[in-house]
Amino acid sequence: MATSPLQPDPEEIAARQAVMALCADVSRDDLDAALRALEAPAVEDLRPPETGLVMATGRIGGDGRPFNLGEVSVTRAAIRLPDGATGFAYHLGRDRTKARLAATLDALWQDPARRARVEAALEPAARRADANRRQAARRTAATRVEFLTVARGED
Amino acid sequence: MYVAVKGGEAAIDNAHRLLAEARRGDPAVPELTVAQIREQMALLVDRVMAEGSLYDPDLAALALKQARGDVVEAVFLVRAYRTTLPRFGASNPVDTGAMTVARRVSATFKDLPGGQVLGPTFDYTHRLIDFALAAEGTVEPAAEAEPRADAGTCPRVTDLLAQDGLIELSPPDDGAPVGDLTREPVDYPADRALRLQALARGDEGFVLGLGYSTQRGYGRTHPFVGEIRVGEVAVAFVPEELGFPVPLGRIRLTECQMVNQFKGSGAAPPQFTRGYGLTFGQSERKAMAMALVDRALRAEELGEPVASPAQDQEFVLAHCDSLQATGFVEHLKLPHYVDFQAELELVRRLRAEFFRDSDSMQEAAE
Repeated sequence: MATSPLQPDPEEIAARQAVMALCADVSRDDLDAALRALEAPAVEDLRPPETGLVMATGRIGGDGRPFNLGEVSVTRAAIRLPDGATGFAYHLGRDRTKARLAATLDALWQDPARRARVEAALEPAARRADANRRQAARRTAATRVEFLTVARGED
Repeated sequence: MYVAVKGGEAAIDNAHRLLAEARRGDPAVPELTVAQIREQMALLVDRVMAEGSLYDPDLAALALKQARGDVVEAVFLVRAYRTTLPRFGASNPVDTGAMTVARRVSATFKDLPGGQVLGPTFDYTHRLIDFALAAEGTVEPAAEAEPRADAGTCPRVTDLLAQDGLIELSPPDDGAPVGDLTREPVDYPADRALRLQALARGDEGFVLGLGYSTQRGYGRTHPFVGEIRVGEVAVAFVPEELGFPVPLGRIRLTECQMVNQFKGSGAAPPQFTRGYGLTFGQSERKAMAMALVDRALRAEELGEPVASPAQDQEFVLAHCDSLQATGFVEHLKLPHYVDFQAELELVRRLRAEFFRDSDSMQEAAE
Protein backbone atom coordinates (compact mmCIF):
# COMPACT_ATOMS: atom_id res chain seq x y z
CA MET A 1 0.00 0.00 0.00
CA ALA A 2 1.54 3.27 -1.04
CA THR A 3 0.28 6.27 0.88
CA SER A 4 0.17 9.54 -0.94
CA PRO A 5 1.89 12.23 1.11
CA LEU A 6 -0.83 14.65 0.05
CA GLN A 7 -3.95 13.86 2.05
CA PRO A 8 -6.89 15.75 0.61
CA ASP A 9 -9.27 15.15 3.52
CA PRO A 10 -9.04 18.05 6.04
CA GLU A 11 -10.19 15.88 8.96
CA GLU A 12 -7.59 13.28 8.10
CA ILE A 13 -4.91 16.00 7.98
CA ALA A 14 -6.02 17.46 11.34
CA ALA A 15 -5.87 14.01 12.95
CA ARG A 16 -2.43 13.37 11.45
CA GLN A 17 -1.22 16.78 12.67
CA ALA A 18 -2.46 15.92 16.17
CA VAL A 19 -0.37 12.73 16.21
CA MET A 20 2.62 14.65 14.80
CA ALA A 21 2.22 17.29 17.54
CA LEU A 22 2.06 14.59 20.20
CA CYS A 23 5.20 12.90 18.84
CA ALA A 24 6.98 16.28 18.87
CA ASP A 25 5.93 16.94 22.48
CA VAL A 26 6.92 13.64 24.07
CA SER A 27 10.38 12.15 24.61
CA ARG A 28 12.40 9.86 22.39
CA ASP A 29 11.95 7.07 24.96
CA ASP A 30 8.17 7.47 24.72
CA LEU A 31 8.30 7.01 20.93
CA ASP A 32 10.69 4.09 21.27
CA ALA A 33 8.33 2.40 23.74
CA ALA A 34 5.34 2.93 21.42
CA LEU A 35 7.16 1.40 18.45
CA ARG A 36 8.33 -1.58 20.47
CA ALA A 37 4.73 -2.17 21.59
CA LEU A 38 3.69 -2.08 17.91
CA GLU A 39 6.42 -4.51 16.86
CA ALA A 40 7.12 -2.12 14.01
CA PRO A 41 8.82 -3.55 10.92
CA ALA A 42 12.31 -2.44 9.89
CA VAL A 43 12.15 0.75 7.84
CA GLU A 44 14.39 2.27 5.21
CA ASP A 45 15.28 5.94 4.96
CA LEU A 46 13.73 7.86 2.08
CA ARG A 47 16.39 10.39 2.93
CA PRO A 48 18.81 10.29 5.85
CA PRO A 49 17.65 12.18 8.97
CA GLU A 50 18.97 15.72 8.73
CA THR A 51 19.23 18.71 11.05
CA GLY A 52 18.55 22.14 9.65
CA LEU A 53 16.89 25.44 10.43
CA VAL A 54 13.43 26.89 10.17
CA MET A 55 13.05 30.64 10.46
CA ALA A 56 10.44 31.23 13.16
CA THR A 57 8.24 34.16 12.30
CA GLY A 58 6.09 36.34 14.52
CA ARG A 59 3.65 39.12 13.74
CA ILE A 60 4.10 42.82 14.45
CA GLY A 61 1.88 43.59 17.43
CA GLY A 62 1.07 39.87 17.70
CA ASP A 63 -1.48 40.03 14.89
CA GLY A 64 -0.01 42.16 12.09
CA ARG A 65 2.56 41.82 9.31
CA PRO A 66 4.98 38.92 9.79
CA PHE A 67 8.61 39.45 10.78
CA ASN A 68 11.52 37.08 11.24
CA LEU A 69 12.00 36.39 14.95
CA GLY A 70 14.93 33.99 14.75
CA GLU A 71 15.70 30.45 13.68
CA VAL A 72 14.85 27.18 15.41
CA SER A 73 16.85 24.00 14.97
CA VAL A 74 14.76 21.30 13.34
CA THR A 75 15.51 17.68 12.52
CA ARG A 76 13.62 15.88 9.80
CA ALA A 77 13.29 12.27 8.82
CA ALA A 78 11.52 10.49 5.97
CA ILE A 79 11.14 6.71 5.94
CA ARG A 80 9.49 3.94 3.93
CA LEU A 81 7.90 0.83 5.41
CA PRO A 82 8.46 -2.55 3.71
CA ASP A 83 4.95 -2.23 2.20
CA GLY A 84 5.94 1.08 0.58
CA ALA A 85 4.06 3.45 2.91
CA THR A 86 6.00 6.60 3.71
CA GLY A 87 6.21 8.64 6.88
CA PHE A 88 7.65 12.04 7.72
CA ALA A 89 8.69 13.94 10.82
CA TYR A 90 9.95 17.45 11.51
CA HIS A 91 10.88 18.10 15.15
CA LEU A 92 12.43 20.97 17.07
CA GLY A 93 15.96 20.11 18.17
CA ARG A 94 18.70 17.89 16.86
CA ASP A 95 17.58 14.36 17.78
CA ARG A 96 17.78 12.34 14.55
CA THR A 97 16.82 9.08 16.25
CA LYS A 98 13.66 10.66 17.63
CA ALA A 99 12.70 12.16 14.27
CA ARG A 100 13.13 8.77 12.62
CA LEU A 101 10.96 7.07 15.26
CA ALA A 102 8.27 9.72 14.73
CA ALA A 103 8.43 9.31 10.95
CA THR A 104 7.90 5.56 11.40
CA LEU A 105 4.88 6.20 13.61
CA ASP A 106 3.57 8.66 11.00
CA ALA A 107 3.79 5.99 8.30
CA LEU A 108 2.10 3.36 10.46
CA TRP A 109 -0.65 5.78 11.53
CA GLN A 110 -1.57 6.55 7.92
CA ASP A 111 -2.58 2.92 7.39
CA PRO A 112 -6.24 2.79 8.49
CA ALA A 113 -5.77 -0.83 9.57
CA ARG A 114 -3.00 0.14 12.00
CA ARG A 115 -4.23 3.56 13.13
CA ALA A 116 -6.07 2.48 16.29
CA ARG A 117 -3.09 0.41 17.47
CA VAL A 118 -0.69 3.32 16.86
CA GLU A 119 -2.89 5.68 18.84
CA ALA A 120 -3.22 3.11 21.65
CA ALA A 121 0.57 2.67 21.75
CA LEU A 122 1.01 6.43 22.10
CA GLU A 123 -1.72 6.70 24.72
CA PRO A 124 0.51 6.38 27.84
CA ALA A 125 2.82 9.15 26.55
CA ALA A 126 -0.20 11.30 25.66
CA ARG A 127 -1.61 10.85 29.16
CA ARG A 128 1.71 11.82 30.77
CA ALA A 129 2.03 14.88 28.53
CA ASP A 130 -1.53 15.87 29.41
CA ALA A 131 -0.90 15.40 33.15
CA ASN A 132 2.23 17.58 32.89
CA ARG A 133 0.27 20.28 31.09
CA ARG A 134 -2.49 20.19 33.70
CA GLN A 135 -0.01 20.41 36.54
CA ALA A 136 1.75 23.37 34.90
CA ALA A 137 -1.64 25.07 34.47
CA ARG A 138 -2.50 24.46 38.15
CA ARG A 139 0.84 25.89 39.27
CA THR A 140 0.33 28.93 37.09
CA ALA A 141 -3.23 29.33 38.38
CA ALA A 142 -1.92 29.47 41.97
CA THR A 143 -0.06 32.67 41.04
CA ARG A 144 -3.15 34.42 39.69
CA VAL A 145 -3.24 37.84 41.24
CA GLU A 146 -6.01 40.32 41.98
CA PHE A 147 -4.58 43.82 42.17
CA LEU A 148 -6.60 46.39 44.10
CA THR A 149 -6.22 50.09 43.62
CA VAL A 150 -6.07 51.84 46.92
CA ALA A 151 -7.99 55.10 47.20
CA ARG A 152 -5.68 57.93 48.15
CA GLY A 153 -6.53 59.25 51.59
CA GLU A 154 -7.65 62.84 51.31
CA ASP A 155 -9.15 63.26 54.77
CA MET B 1 44.13 47.72 7.91
CA TYR B 2 44.86 44.24 9.16
CA VAL B 3 47.74 42.34 7.54
CA ALA B 4 47.99 38.59 8.20
CA VAL B 5 50.75 37.24 10.40
CA LYS B 6 52.38 33.81 10.54
CA GLY B 7 53.90 31.81 13.35
CA GLY B 8 53.00 31.15 16.94
CA GLU B 9 51.38 27.76 16.23
CA ALA B 10 52.84 26.02 19.26
CA ALA B 11 51.98 28.91 21.57
CA ILE B 12 48.41 29.03 20.21
CA ASP B 13 47.96 25.26 20.69
CA ASN B 14 49.23 25.50 24.22
CA ALA B 15 47.04 28.52 24.94
CA HIS B 16 44.01 26.49 23.87
CA ARG B 17 45.06 23.57 26.06
CA LEU B 18 45.42 26.01 28.93
CA LEU B 19 41.98 27.41 28.10
CA ALA B 20 40.49 23.90 28.33
CA GLU B 21 42.02 23.47 31.77
CA ALA B 22 40.86 26.92 32.90
CA ARG B 23 37.38 26.14 31.59
CA ARG B 24 37.25 23.03 33.73
CA GLY B 25 38.38 24.91 36.83
CA ASP B 26 39.34 23.04 39.99
CA PRO B 27 39.07 19.31 39.14
CA ALA B 28 38.09 18.67 42.77
CA VAL B 29 34.79 20.48 41.99
CA PRO B 30 32.28 18.35 40.02
CA GLU B 31 32.01 19.21 36.33
CA LEU B 32 28.85 20.99 35.11
CA THR B 33 26.68 19.04 32.73
CA VAL B 34 24.91 20.66 29.78
CA ALA B 35 21.59 19.57 31.30
CA GLN B 36 22.46 21.35 34.54
CA ILE B 37 23.18 24.57 32.66
CA ARG B 38 19.99 24.21 30.62
CA GLU B 39 17.84 23.62 33.71
CA GLN B 40 19.49 25.82 36.32
CA MET B 41 20.89 28.71 34.25
CA ALA B 42 17.73 28.83 32.16
CA LEU B 43 17.53 32.60 31.75
CA LEU B 44 21.14 32.76 30.64
CA VAL B 45 20.40 30.00 28.12
CA ASP B 46 17.39 32.04 26.95
CA ARG B 47 19.59 35.08 26.42
CA VAL B 48 22.07 33.10 24.32
CA MET B 49 19.19 31.74 22.23
CA ALA B 50 17.74 35.23 21.72
CA GLU B 51 21.00 36.90 20.74
CA GLY B 52 22.34 33.83 18.95
CA SER B 53 19.03 33.97 17.06
CA LEU B 54 18.68 30.20 17.30
CA TYR B 55 16.16 28.44 19.51
CA ASP B 56 17.89 25.32 20.81
CA PRO B 57 18.25 25.17 24.62
CA ASP B 58 20.74 22.28 24.65
CA LEU B 59 22.96 23.93 22.07
CA ALA B 60 22.89 27.27 23.91
CA ALA B 61 23.75 25.51 27.18
CA LEU B 62 26.66 23.70 25.52
CA ALA B 63 27.87 26.98 23.99
CA LEU B 64 27.79 28.58 27.45
CA LYS B 65 29.83 25.72 28.86
CA GLN B 66 32.37 26.02 26.07
CA ALA B 67 32.46 29.83 26.46
CA ARG B 68 33.02 29.62 30.22
CA GLY B 69 29.79 31.57 30.71
CA ASP B 70 30.77 34.45 28.39
CA VAL B 71 27.45 35.40 26.77
CA VAL B 72 28.86 37.09 23.68
CA GLU B 73 31.31 34.25 23.06
CA ALA B 74 28.44 31.75 23.41
CA VAL B 75 26.38 33.82 20.95
CA PHE B 76 29.37 33.68 18.56
CA LEU B 77 29.49 29.87 18.81
CA VAL B 78 25.74 29.53 18.20
CA ARG B 79 25.84 31.89 15.22
CA ALA B 80 28.80 30.01 13.76
CA TYR B 81 26.99 26.70 14.21
CA ARG B 82 23.87 27.90 12.40
CA THR B 83 25.90 28.76 9.32
CA THR B 84 26.69 25.04 8.95
CA LEU B 85 23.02 24.08 8.67
CA PRO B 86 20.66 24.16 5.68
CA ARG B 87 17.47 26.17 6.02
CA PHE B 88 14.30 24.16 5.41
CA GLY B 89 12.11 27.25 5.21
CA ALA B 90 10.13 29.68 7.34
CA SER B 91 7.48 28.81 9.92
CA ASN B 92 3.91 29.99 9.84
CA PRO B 93 3.75 33.10 12.04
CA VAL B 94 3.39 32.01 15.68
CA ASP B 95 0.10 32.94 17.35
CA THR B 96 0.97 34.60 20.66
CA GLY B 97 -2.76 35.04 21.32
CA ALA B 98 -2.95 31.24 21.68
CA MET B 99 0.07 31.10 24.01
CA THR B 100 -0.08 28.71 26.96
CA VAL B 101 0.55 31.47 29.44
CA ALA B 102 3.01 30.89 32.30
CA ARG B 103 3.01 34.56 33.22
CA ARG B 104 0.87 37.47 32.18
CA VAL B 105 0.72 40.92 33.70
CA SER B 106 -0.69 44.26 32.66
CA ALA B 107 0.16 47.67 34.03
CA THR B 108 -2.83 49.27 32.32
CA PHE B 109 -5.80 47.15 33.44
CA LYS B 110 -6.11 45.25 36.70
CA ASP B 111 -9.05 43.16 35.52
CA LEU B 112 -8.43 41.29 32.30
CA PRO B 113 -10.24 38.41 30.64
CA GLY B 114 -8.04 35.41 31.45
CA GLY B 115 -6.64 37.17 34.53
CA GLN B 116 -3.18 38.20 35.54
CA VAL B 117 -0.78 35.45 36.61
CA LEU B 118 2.61 36.19 38.11
CA GLY B 119 4.28 32.88 37.23
CA PRO B 120 7.92 32.35 38.20
CA THR B 121 9.09 35.93 38.72
CA PHE B 122 11.76 37.89 40.58
CA ASP B 123 9.24 40.73 40.97
CA TYR B 124 8.29 41.41 44.60
CA THR B 125 11.24 39.40 45.93
CA HIS B 126 13.37 41.28 48.46
CA ARG B 127 16.59 40.84 46.51
CA LEU B 128 18.34 39.56 49.61
CA ILE B 129 20.99 36.94 48.97
CA ASP B 130 19.57 33.58 49.95
CA PHE B 131 22.43 31.80 51.68
CA ALA B 132 20.32 28.66 51.93
CA LEU B 133 20.94 28.21 48.17
CA ALA B 134 24.65 27.77 48.92
CA ALA B 135 23.76 24.42 50.44
CA GLU B 136 22.12 21.66 48.44
CA GLY B 137 18.58 21.07 49.45
CA THR B 138 15.15 20.15 48.27
CA VAL B 139 12.71 22.74 47.00
CA GLU B 140 9.23 23.08 48.42
CA PRO B 141 6.80 22.01 45.67
CA ALA B 142 5.00 24.83 43.91
CA ALA B 143 1.47 25.64 45.05
CA GLU B 144 -1.39 24.48 42.90
CA ALA B 145 -4.88 25.83 42.33
CA GLU B 146 -7.75 24.97 40.06
CA PRO B 147 -7.49 27.19 36.96
CA ARG B 148 -10.50 29.50 36.60
CA ALA B 149 -12.86 28.89 33.73
CA ASP B 150 -11.42 31.79 31.71
CA ALA B 151 -7.75 30.84 32.24
CA GLY B 152 -7.40 29.26 28.82
CA THR B 153 -8.35 32.34 26.85
CA CYS B 154 -6.16 35.37 27.17
CA PRO B 155 -7.01 37.99 24.53
CA ARG B 156 -4.29 40.57 24.04
CA VAL B 157 -4.83 43.83 25.91
CA THR B 158 -4.25 45.63 22.62
CA ASP B 159 -7.16 43.68 21.08
CA LEU B 160 -9.42 44.92 23.88
CA LEU B 161 -8.36 48.53 23.29
CA ALA B 162 -8.63 48.11 19.55
CA GLN B 163 -12.28 47.04 19.84
CA ASP B 164 -13.13 50.61 20.83
CA GLY B 165 -10.74 52.17 18.34
CA LEU B 166 -8.66 53.55 21.20
CA ILE B 167 -5.38 52.18 19.84
CA GLU B 168 -3.94 51.93 16.36
CA LEU B 169 -4.22 48.56 14.64
CA SER B 170 -1.17 46.47 13.85
CA PRO B 171 0.11 46.94 10.30
CA PRO B 172 -1.94 44.46 8.22
CA ASP B 173 -0.42 41.36 6.66
CA ASP B 174 -0.35 42.32 2.99
CA GLY B 175 1.36 39.10 1.95
CA ALA B 176 4.48 40.99 0.87
CA PRO B 177 7.78 39.11 1.26
CA VAL B 178 9.42 39.58 4.66
CA GLY B 179 12.97 40.93 4.69
CA ASP B 180 15.61 38.76 6.35
CA LEU B 181 18.81 40.41 7.53
CA THR B 182 20.60 37.04 7.67
CA ARG B 183 20.19 36.80 3.89
CA GLU B 184 20.44 40.39 2.66
CA PRO B 185 22.45 43.24 4.17
CA VAL B 186 20.20 45.89 5.71
CA ASP B 187 19.33 48.81 3.41
CA TYR B 188 18.25 52.02 5.08
CA PRO B 189 15.56 52.99 5.70
CA ALA B 190 14.70 49.49 6.98
CA ASP B 191 11.04 48.57 7.41
CA ARG B 192 9.57 47.71 10.79
CA ALA B 193 9.77 43.93 10.23
CA LEU B 194 13.53 44.12 9.62
CA ARG B 195 13.98 46.43 12.61
CA LEU B 196 12.15 43.96 14.85
CA GLN B 197 14.33 41.10 13.58
CA ALA B 198 17.45 43.12 14.40
CA LEU B 199 16.15 44.09 17.84
CA ALA B 200 15.05 40.52 18.66
CA ARG B 201 18.66 39.35 18.20
CA GLY B 202 20.19 42.59 19.48
CA ASP B 203 22.37 42.77 22.57
CA GLU B 204 20.17 42.97 25.65
CA GLY B 205 22.38 45.55 27.33
CA PHE B 206 22.49 47.81 24.30
CA VAL B 207 18.74 47.60 23.64
CA LEU B 208 18.06 48.12 27.36
CA GLY B 209 20.23 51.24 27.43
CA LEU B 210 18.48 52.65 24.37
CA GLY B 211 15.04 51.89 25.80
CA TYR B 212 16.06 53.57 29.03
CA SER B 213 17.29 56.62 27.12
CA THR B 214 13.78 57.12 25.67
CA GLN B 215 12.36 57.17 29.21
CA ARG B 216 14.90 59.77 30.26
CA GLY B 217 13.89 62.16 27.50
CA TYR B 218 15.92 61.11 24.45
CA GLY B 219 12.90 60.37 22.25
CA ARG B 220 10.19 60.20 24.86
CA THR B 221 7.19 57.99 23.97
CA HIS B 222 5.18 57.98 27.23
CA PRO B 223 4.93 54.18 27.51
CA PHE B 224 2.62 51.93 29.53
CA VAL B 225 3.05 48.17 29.65
CA GLY B 226 -0.23 47.08 28.10
CA GLU B 227 0.76 43.50 28.65
CA ILE B 228 3.66 41.14 29.13
CA ARG B 229 3.11 37.46 28.53
CA VAL B 230 5.53 34.57 28.84
CA GLY B 231 4.69 31.07 27.76
CA GLU B 232 4.76 28.41 25.08
CA VAL B 233 3.49 28.67 21.55
CA ALA B 234 3.27 25.96 18.92
CA VAL B 235 5.51 26.36 15.85
CA ALA B 236 4.38 24.91 12.55
CA PHE B 237 6.05 24.69 9.17
CA VAL B 238 4.75 23.59 5.77
CA PRO B 239 7.20 21.17 4.14
CA GLU B 240 7.00 21.03 0.37
CA GLU B 241 6.53 17.27 0.31
CA LEU B 242 3.53 17.39 2.67
CA GLY B 243 1.75 20.60 1.72
CA PHE B 244 0.14 21.13 5.14
CA PRO B 245 1.48 22.72 8.37
CA VAL B 246 3.49 20.22 10.37
CA PRO B 247 3.68 20.95 14.12
CA LEU B 248 7.38 21.15 15.03
CA GLY B 249 6.90 21.45 18.78
CA ARG B 250 6.55 24.29 21.24
CA ILE B 251 8.88 27.18 22.05
CA ARG B 252 8.89 29.58 24.98
CA LEU B 253 8.54 33.25 24.11
CA THR B 254 8.14 36.57 25.90
CA GLU B 255 5.91 39.21 24.35
CA CYS B 256 5.53 42.85 25.39
CA GLN B 257 2.78 45.12 24.12
CA MET B 258 3.70 48.69 24.93
CA VAL B 259 0.89 51.27 24.78
CA ASN B 260 2.31 54.68 23.92
CA GLN B 261 1.42 58.30 23.65
CA PHE B 262 -1.52 59.04 21.48
CA LYS B 263 -1.68 61.14 18.44
CA GLY B 264 -4.48 62.55 16.38
CA SER B 265 -5.04 65.16 13.76
CA GLY B 266 -7.84 67.11 12.17
CA ALA B 267 -8.43 64.07 9.96
CA ALA B 268 -8.00 61.24 12.52
CA PRO B 269 -9.31 60.99 16.10
CA PRO B 270 -6.71 60.57 18.88
CA GLN B 271 -5.49 57.01 19.39
CA PHE B 272 -2.79 55.33 21.45
CA THR B 273 0.18 54.09 19.45
CA ARG B 274 2.07 50.85 19.97
CA GLY B 275 5.53 49.40 20.45
CA TYR B 276 6.14 45.66 20.19
CA GLY B 277 8.68 43.29 21.68
CA LEU B 278 9.03 39.52 21.18
CA THR B 279 11.97 37.36 22.23
CA PHE B 280 12.96 33.73 22.54
CA GLY B 281 12.73 32.38 26.07
CA GLN B 282 11.76 34.25 29.20
CA SER B 283 13.20 37.74 29.06
CA GLU B 284 10.88 40.55 30.06
CA ARG B 285 13.68 43.11 30.27
CA LYS B 286 14.63 42.44 26.66
CA ALA B 287 11.05 42.32 25.37
CA MET B 288 10.18 45.58 27.16
CA ALA B 289 13.32 47.37 25.97
CA MET B 290 12.68 46.09 22.46
CA ALA B 291 9.12 47.47 22.55
CA LEU B 292 10.38 50.87 23.72
CA VAL B 293 12.96 51.03 20.96
CA ASP B 294 10.50 49.72 18.34
CA ARG B 295 8.16 52.60 19.20
CA ALA B 296 11.01 55.14 19.22
CA LEU B 297 12.11 53.94 15.77
CA ARG B 298 8.62 54.72 14.44
CA ALA B 299 9.20 58.44 15.02
CA GLU B 300 9.36 59.32 11.34
CA GLU B 301 6.32 57.20 10.45
CA LEU B 302 4.32 58.97 13.20
CA GLY B 303 5.48 62.46 12.26
CA GLU B 304 7.74 62.98 15.28
CA PRO B 305 11.12 64.71 15.09
CA VAL B 306 14.05 62.26 14.80
CA ALA B 307 16.48 63.80 17.24
CA SER B 308 17.66 61.06 19.62
CA PRO B 309 19.84 57.97 19.25
CA ALA B 310 16.96 55.53 19.89
CA GLN B 311 15.01 57.12 17.01
CA ASP B 312 17.91 56.83 14.55
CA GLN B 313 17.47 53.48 12.87
CA GLU B 314 20.90 53.35 11.32
CA PHE B 315 22.48 54.07 14.69
CA VAL B 316 20.35 51.43 16.44
CA LEU B 317 20.42 48.67 13.84
CA ALA B 318 24.08 49.02 12.93
CA HIS B 319 25.19 48.83 16.56
CA CYS B 320 22.75 46.53 18.39
CA ASP B 321 24.32 43.25 17.30
CA SER B 322 26.69 41.99 20.00
CA LEU B 323 28.59 39.77 17.59
CA GLN B 324 29.27 42.52 15.06
CA ALA B 325 30.19 44.91 17.85
CA THR B 326 32.55 42.50 19.55
CA GLY B 327 34.10 41.51 16.25
CA PHE B 328 35.09 45.02 15.37
CA VAL B 329 36.11 46.08 18.87
CA GLU B 330 38.04 42.91 19.62
CA HIS B 331 39.84 42.73 16.30
CA LEU B 332 41.91 45.65 17.59
CA LYS B 333 43.87 43.24 19.79
CA LEU B 334 45.06 41.17 16.83
CA PRO B 335 48.53 41.96 15.49
CA HIS B 336 48.51 45.27 13.60
CA TYR B 337 52.29 45.37 13.24
CA VAL B 338 52.49 46.51 9.61
CA ASP B 339 49.79 49.09 10.10
CA PHE B 340 51.37 50.42 13.23
CA GLN B 341 54.84 50.48 11.66
CA ALA B 342 53.52 52.85 9.00
CA GLU B 343 51.98 55.12 11.63
CA LEU B 344 55.19 54.98 13.66
CA GLU B 345 57.23 56.06 10.63
CA LEU B 346 54.85 58.91 10.00
CA VAL B 347 54.91 60.18 13.59
CA ARG B 348 58.72 59.95 13.64
CA ARG B 349 58.97 61.96 10.45
CA LEU B 350 56.51 64.60 11.64
CA ARG B 351 58.36 64.90 14.96
CA ALA B 352 61.68 65.28 13.14
CA GLU B 353 60.15 68.04 11.02
CA PHE B 354 58.70 69.71 14.10
CA PHE B 355 62.03 69.78 15.92
CA ARG B 356 63.88 70.90 12.81
CA ASP B 357 61.42 73.76 12.33
CA SER B 358 61.53 74.83 15.97
CA ASP B 359 65.35 74.64 15.93
CA SER B 360 65.49 76.85 12.87
CA MET B 361 62.96 79.26 14.42
CA GLN B 362 65.09 79.41 17.56
CA GLU B 363 68.19 80.05 15.48
CA ALA B 364 66.35 82.76 13.59
CA ALA B 365 65.25 84.34 16.89
CA GLU B 366 68.80 84.32 18.14
